[in-house]
Amino acid sequence: MSSQGGWGSSKEFLDLVKSIGEAKSKAEEERIVAAEIEMLKRRIVEPDVPRKKMKEYIIRLVYVEMLGHDASFGYIQAVKMTHDDNLLLKRSGYLAVTLFLNEDHDLIILIVNTIQKDLKSDNYLVCCAALTAVCKLLNEETIPAVLPQVVELLAHPKELVRKKAVMALHRFHQRSPSSVSHLIPKFRQILCDKDPSVMSAALCALFDLVTADANAYRNLTTSFVSILKQVVEHRLSKLFDYHRTPAPFIQIKILKILALLGAGEKHTSENMYSVLAEVLKRSDAASNIGNAILYECICTITTIHASPRLLEVAAEITSRFLKSENHNYKYMGIDALGRVIKINPDFAEQHQLAVIDCLEDPDDTLKRKTLDLLYKMTKSSNVEVIVEHMISYMRTLNDAHNKTELASRVIELAERFAPSNQWFIQTMNQVFELAGDLVPPKVAHDLMRLLAEGAGEDDEEADSLLRSSAVESYLHVLGEPKLPSVLLQVICWVLGEYGTADGTHSADDIIGRLCDVAESHPGDITVKGYSITAITKICAFEISAGRQVDLIPECRTFIEDLLASHSTDLQQRAYELQAILALSPETVANILPMDASCEDIEVDRNLSFLNEFVESAAANGARSYMPENERSGMSTVVTGTHEQLESSAHALRFEAYEVPKPAAPPPIAAAPAALPFPDFEEQKPESSRSLRKQLAADREPDADSLNPEIVRLRLDGVQKKWGRYSQPQSSSTSTSSLDRRGDHGSDQVTQVGGGHREAVAASSIESGPVSELRQIERKKPQPEISTEKQRLAASLFGGPTASGRFSGSGGAKVSSRPGTVVQPAEKVLPPRPSSGGSKEKASDAGISKQIAAPSIPAPVDLLDMSDDNVPRVMTTAPGNDPFKQLEGLLEPVTTSSALPVPPQTASMDLMSLYDGNPAPSATGPVTTVPDLVSIAAPSSSSGASQSSTNGFPSLMDLGDLSASPFVELTGSVQGQASSKPMSQLKKGPSRQDSLQKDAASRHVGVTPTGTNPALFQDLFG
Amino acid sequence: MNCSVTGKTPIIIGWRIHFVLLISRQGKVRLTKWYSPYSQKERTKVIRELSGMILSRGPKLCNFIEWRGLKVVYKRYASLYFCMCVDTEDNELETLEIIHHYVEILDRYFGNVCELDLIFNFHKAYYILDEVLIAGELQESSKKSVARVIAAQDTLIDNAKEQANSLSNMIAQATK
Repeated sequence: MSSQGGWGSSKEFLDLVKSIGEAKSKAEEERIVAAEIEMLKRRIVEPDVPRKKMKEYIIRLVYVEMLGHDASFGYIQAVKMTHDDNLLLKRSGYLAVTLFLNEDHDLIILIVNTIQKDLKSDNYLVCCAALTAVCKLLNEETIPAVLPQVVELLAHPKELVRKKAVMALHRFHQRSPSSVSHLIPKFRQILCDKDPSVMSAALCALFDLVTADANAYRNLTTSFVSILKQVVEHRLSKLFDYHRTPAPFIQIKILKILALLGAGEKHTSENMYSVLAEVLKRSDAASNIGNAILYECICTITTIHASPRLLEVAAEITSRFLKSENHNYKYMGIDALGRVIKINPDFAEQHQLAVIDCLEDPDDTLKRKTLDLLYKMTKSSNVEVIVEHMISYMRTLNDAHNKTELASRVIELAERFAPSNQWFIQTMNQVFELAGDLVPPKVAHDLMRLLAEGAGEDDEEADSLLRSSAVESYLHVLGEPKLPSVLLQVICWVLGEYGTADGTHSADDIIGRLCDVAESHPGDITVKGYSITAITKICAFEISAGRQVDLIPECRTFIEDLLASHSTDLQQRAYELQAILALSPETVANILPMDASCEDIEVDRNLSFLNEFVESAAANGARSYMPENERSGMSTVVTGTHEQLESSAHALRFEAYEVPKPAAPPPIAAAPAALPFPDFEEQKPESSRSLRKQLAADREPDADSLNPEIVRLRLDGVQKKWGRYSQPQSSSTSTSSLDRRGDHGSDQVTQVGGGHREAVAASSIESGPVSELRQIERKKPQPEISTEKQRLAASLFGGPTASGRFSGSGGAKVSSRPGTVVQPAEKVLPPRPSSGGSKEKASDAGISKQIAAPSIPAPVDLLDMSDDNVPRVMTTAPGNDPFKQLEGLLEPVTTSSALPVPPQTASMDLMSLYDGNPAPSATGPVTTVPDLVSIAAPSSSSGASQSSTNGFPSLMDLGDLSASPFVELTGSVQGQASSKPMSQLKKGPSRQDSLQKDAASRHVGVTPTGTNPALFQDLFG
Repeated sequence: MNCSVTGKTPIIIGWRIHFVLLISRQGKVRLTKWYSPYSQKERTKVIRELSGMILSRGPKLCNFIEWRGLKVVYKRYASLYFCMCVDTEDNELETLEIIHHYVEILDRYFGNVCELDLIFNFHKAYYILDEVLIAGELQESSKKSVARVIAAQDTLIDNAKEQANSLSNMIAQATK
């Protein structure tokens, strides 16, 4: 029974614990444990390990796992041990299993049977061990297996077993409510159990049930009230006293249940008033547990239908908590205050000083709790002060969880109570700065919307003032070294939209700043996008104002960089900017009107504005449009997303590596130069549109030829580039290389069946961004080669154009494979002229020239540059992109905008949190009350002095302190006379034991406090 | 409190007390009991995180820490920190008393308990904890009955030992 029991149990284990205790570093500890694991792994699988030895191994496994290492290799041994007939071993087995396994572990199934058997055991200790395991280990599937046995145990003569059975059922109910739903009436019965501990177990279960559905249990209110009354009146056995308080844990539990039952129920609540008053009266405010009950009372009183008298008492207790010197009580006081002021907001007045003290306390927990309280009491009159405090606290935080939470609170408060827009913007800036990317993007959008829409009244002047101040503040903020992406996006947008609006900043100035932003964040595509678009807008505003735009060199470089960017989005934006620069002021004003971010865009999905054009084309003999799905051979063409296509390309590359050998042998391989390109060319057969048109006309009625480059064009480009295969392409192939005519049929089969080999070729040579460019190229081929092209290629392919060819040849090999399989004749396929390669090159080259070409009518040009996977139709074509950013803004307005709060300037004094006068903070009675734990007294009893000679003064020798609550605890009789024998008796270890302990502790190196490792030592202060 | 409320944390289902930790002042783990399911990796992380936070707190501060949407109540006894992780809605003072209750029972059992007792008899500390907290709820407010059960189990073990001893004596005698 004494601690020494464990010492001698095994030398080996003792050594292990000792060596770990002596380990100087974590690494050393790891080494020791690793060695131990190795040893255990070997030992436990040895045949004929004595069972007692095995038990020790299992305890050692528990130890190893406790230190954070994996002991899963030994789980099965622990499971086996539960099967043992010896209770000693069985109990160790159960202990290990409950520590090792959770309820969904595979091994559980091996234990269920044992548990079933043990639950029926005659020995109540076996039952208890099994029930403890049941609580931890069973899940939905295994519960039914033991349920009958557990229910039987509810009638067990031993209260300990009954109690555990109730807890097991309670646990079942938590885990799988349906499995025990038929037993719910039982819980009510158990409430009447003659043993308080069983009754208290039922309270746990009932608490859950009441939480789920209070109405069903309201009729139990009187029972709960009478139980509580009995407990409070000290009618339970003294055994259940805790520090002279009668069954405090039962009291707290019932108070919690009463709160649930009484919430919003006047009549039910009234039944509780008298017992609550009784609890308040009887609780001992001098002890920790008494205060725990008092606190719980406050919770209950503030939850149920209010009683003014009780509220008064609750307020009084709260004051006492707040005035206490003890931080724990202060903390509880702050919490209680939050509850009380929900019902009586005026109550806060008296405690302003105490709250401020807590707010400025160095204790982080207390500070945070106080901020919680402030958050709850925020009004428009004090929002500025509170938010200021929250923000300054946020500065000190560095973990993401808390920061996110606090940021969202600040945002919520700012949105709800902001006294002025200007304040709101500044607050948001601070939040962005501090919490950065933890802030959800929606907040940024809300902020932009607020700026765009203004105060909601038709006061343009105020709005522009607001915007100017935003611009100023952002230009200022940009000076900071490190800004989060979200904030930069907002800044870019605001500068683009309003940077030049009030005329204080020149366009060049703003553009310069925007370029700086982009430059300092090379990796952030979103910020770059925002920045280039902002530049576009500023240029557009300049142009429409009739001013000449001369881009500063810095900006030119930036645009050039983006033109060759890996991101199609950035490229597109850059091209749009270029295009806009070339347009006339009127057009630009149309595209990007000043301050139009809030205007609605009407999208004409039917393209009615093209009717005229279509009609004239039809009149000139063009064919009418045929929907895509009606065209033959088009069914396999999907204008899929990049991802799809890329993934299919990835999937197909497997084939590419397999094929080369069958492809190589054919005799034609003699013409090596030609080989790499056949399919390459096939897939980009011509750069001239006329040829395609003609072919299309040949083969089938294709709407392409009719519907000029507006909608279809993009799809064409996609097909060519990405599309697995398209009819027009294959036909054009056949014409461009006449030799192939003969194979055409079979080729067709291959292509229609396999359908995607071209995609392989295409996507293996291209990465995403090209497609758009190619598609432009197709429209207006310009056979020049420029350095621009080479750069493009370099950035796209990550090397010189040669690499493009390289993969192109790979593609060719792939595509020859299906041919081989389906139709051997394909092998005879003659070498394609290598000119395909150069054509490709040439057409590539045309891209940039063509885009820069000023003569292109704006809508068409810009349309072509839009995303190729979204069949987007637009009216105000170039405006599209900037508006895209505003998508969020166009949504229905939420609370954040147009705050109708009067621009009240609350005083920045913290006192403004309250309207009244500061109450002098006095130290209440609580402060003088000694904490239970701090009860210290010179112990002169012989027991104490005896042990102190060994350096082990024992707390439990407090028996001689008649004033101490421990007197009763320790069961000792009061008075000096009896203290000595008591402490001797109770203190298991004799002087000799203590000496041994001391020696051992020195051995093991666990004497952290130097002289006294006794746990209760601190109680002496 | 229970399931409905703990939803915000990933570690859910119904445990009122999520875990109990005993950490020495040097940050060494003396006992861990996990009621909510945590993986071994998470456990290590939790221990590291919490011991860092708790050990660095001054003596006069509150015994509570708000942590990952839960609350950790801790108390230092000599060189050992007893920590319990509960839901935010729980009564912190009560939790503090649960810890104290456990310590008192340990003290009564071991007789002037010290860290060494727990180091070498950690399995006994587990047995006692299982009597105090069942299914993550405080169970028994009578210290005596806990002591009685533990004593009963120990007697049983002692009996078993004696039996084993006498058996081996008998065997020894028989084989003489």
